Amino acid sequence: MNRRVWVQIACVAITLFMGVPLYFIALAALSSRESLNRFPMPMLPTDPSVETLRTFLDTTGIVPGFVNSLTVGIGTIVLSLLIGVPGGYAVARYAFRGRGPYQMFLLLTRALPIVVLSVPLARIFLNAGLYDTTYAVTLLHTALALPTTVLITAAIFVGVSREQEEAAMVFGASPLKAFLRVVMPQALPGIAAAAMFTFVLSWNEVLGATILTLNQRTLPAQVLTTLSDSPLAYRFAGGFALVLPAVVFIAIMRRYLLNMWGTTLR
Amino acid sequence: MSDIVVRNLVKAYTPDGPRATDDVSLEVAEGEFLVLVGPSGCGKTTLLRMVAGLERPDSGTISIGGRDVTRLPARERGLSMVFQSYAIFPHMKVRQNIGFGLAMRKVPGNEIDRRVRRAAELLHLEDYLDRYPAQLSGGQRQRVAVARAIVVDAVVLLMDEPLSNLDALLRLEFRAELKKIVRQIGTTTLYVTHDQAEAMSLGDRVAVMRGGRIVQIGAPLDVYDRPSERFVGGFLGAPPMNFIPATVARNGGGPVLALGDQHLAAPSTLDEWVGRPVLVGVRAENIEVSTEAAPGWVTATVEVVEPTGAAVLLTVRLGEHQIKVQTAPGFRVAPDDTVWLRSAPEALRLYDPETSLVLRP
Repeated sequence: MNRRVWVQIACVAITLFMGVPLYFIALAALSSRESLNRFPMPMLPTDPSVETLRTFLDTTGIVPGFVNSLTVGIGTIVLSLLIGVPGGYAVARYAFRGRGPYQMFLLLTRALPIVVLSVPLARIFLNAGLYDTTYAVTLLHTALALPTTVLITAAIFVGVSREQEEAAMVFGASPLKAFLRVVMPQALPGIAAAAMFTFVLSWNEVLGATILTLNQRTLPAQVLTTLSDSPLAYRFAGGFALVLPAVVFIAIMRRYLLNMWGTTLR
Repeated sequence: MSDIVVRNLVKAYTPDGPRATDDVSLEVAEGEFLVLVGPSGCGKTTLLRMVAGLERPDSGTISIGGRDVTRLPARERGLSMVFQSYAIFPHMKVRQNIGFGLAMRKVPGNEIDRRVRRAAELLHLEDYLDRYPAQLSGGQRQRVAVARAIVVDAVVLLMDEPLSNLDALLRLEFRAELKKIVRQIGTTTLYVTHDQAEAMSLGDRVAVMRGGRIVQIGAPLDVYDRPSERFVGGFLGAPPMNFIPATVARNGGGPVLALGDQHLAAPSTLDEWVGRPVLVGVRAENIEVSTEAAPGWVTATVEVVEPTGAAVLLTVRLGEHQIKVQTAPGFRVAPDDTVWLRSAPEALRLYDPETSLVLRP
C-alpha cells in the first residue's frame, strides 16, 4: 500500500465523518413525520415531504430569527474586517512596540468562556441602551472573531512581498493606493477565509446571543429556546435550517480560497 | 550638471548601532551609469533605497535634478526602479504591470498602450503582454520589471541587484542587453550589485563601498588598475589582485623590492621608503612568466595549473607567498616546475602594510 492510497482513504473517512450526519439531518428534515418512526429507518429519501420544514418555518420567531442571524453575521463580517484587516496588516508589516502582547491580548477574548464575557456585557449594553438589539450581538461576535481575522490576514499579508508595495509607491502610488491596488487583491483569498470563519462563528454562536437578547433572538438562540420542548421532527428541521445557510455560504466563498491567478492559498 | 547629488548621508538602523551609510557623499552626472559595488552589508542597498525614498536618512541631503528630495515620498521623486525580487504584481497581466506607473500618473489610455508596446518591443515581450507573471520564466519576469521601469521615462533609474536572481548564462546575456538599453534611453542610472564583474562591465563609473563608506570611485579600469587600498584590489577583479609583503632596499642606483632573498625592480619613486616594509599589489595579468632563467627575474614554483580556455591561470609559490599569475593559453608548464617571474615596475602598486592604503611617494 503506498502513501497515496492511505491519504485517499483518510480523505474519504473524514468526508464521511462530516457528511453522513449532514445527510441524515437533511433526510430527516425532508421526510414526513411518519417515516421517521418507521423501523428500520429508510436510508434513501423514499417519502420526501417539506411538511415538517414548513411547520418549523411557520413557528413564531423563526423567520425574524433568521433575519437577525443574517444581519448579525454580515454585520460581524463587515466590522471584523474593518478592524481586523488593518490590524493584520500592522502585525505583518511593522515591528511595533508591544506587538507580541497585542496578539496575546487579541487571543484573550477566546480564553474567557462566552458566558463570563456576556454577563458583564449585558450590563454594559443595558446601560448603553443596546441590550436586546442585533448591534449588541454583532459587537460580541466581532470581539470573538477578531483574533482569527487578524491572524489569518496577517499571515496573508506576510506572503505579499514588501518590495511589491515599494514598487507601487516608486511608480506613483500613495501608501493607501499601493495597499488597495497591489496588496488587497492578493490578500482576497485570505480575507475570504477570514470572512467565512467569522460568518460561521457568528451563525453558530448561541450562548452570548441568548444572554444579550430577549426579543431580537438570532436563529440558533431562538431554536435553542423553542425546540428543546418540541417533537423530534421539528428538531431535525431546525438543525437542517441551521446548517444549510452556513454550508451555502462556505460553498460560495470556497472559490475565493483556491487557485487565484494560478497560486494557491499561502 | 549633476543629476543626483548625495551629501553627507548618514543612516543607522538602530540608534548607536553601526551605521549602514556613514557620511556618504556622491554625485552622479546627467546620463551617467554609476555602479555601487561592495560586499553584502556595505550599505550600498541602503544608499540606493534612501535615494529612492524608501528609507529615511538620519542626516544629510539628497537632491535629484537640482531639487532637494530628502523629505519627499518616493512617488514624488520622479524616478523609477528595478527591484532585486523583480516585485512585479502577480495579479496583473504583463500589460498592466508595465503600464502601472503610467496609469498611476493618469496618462491617457491610448498613450499608455503606445508606450507599453514600445517598451515591450525593446525588451522582446510583445508576445507575452496578455499573460500573467506566473506564466513567465524568471528571465521574462526580469524583462517585465525593466520594461515597467523604463516606460515611465523617469529622469533617474535605480536598479537593485536586478540580475542576481538569474542563472549565470542568462545573467551574462541580459547584462549586455541592459547596457545597450540604458545607453539607448540615456537615463541617469544608479545600479547596485555585489558582483564585481557586473560593476566593471556596466558602469561608466564604479563606486566601491565598504562599511558604509565609499572607498574609491572612478572609471572601472582606473579603479581596477589603481586600487586606492588593499580591499579594493582584492574585491575587484577575478582573480583578485596579488598582495606580497616586501621590503624596499637599495641596490646600486635605484630602489628594489626585496622578496625574501630575491630582488625585483621597483619604481624609482620609492626612494624615501628604503628600509621600510611595503605591500606589493600586482594583477595576475601584469606578471610575465618564463620557463627560462633571466637576470632580474624572480624564481617561483608552480603549484596549480588551471587552463581557462582564454588563458592559463597559474598558482605559484614565491617564497612563502602564494600568487596568481595569468598567462597566454599556449603556455605549457606542470606542477612543481620552476618558473621565473617579472613585472614592469609601473604595473606594481605599493601599499602601506599598516593602513592598507596606497603609497603616494
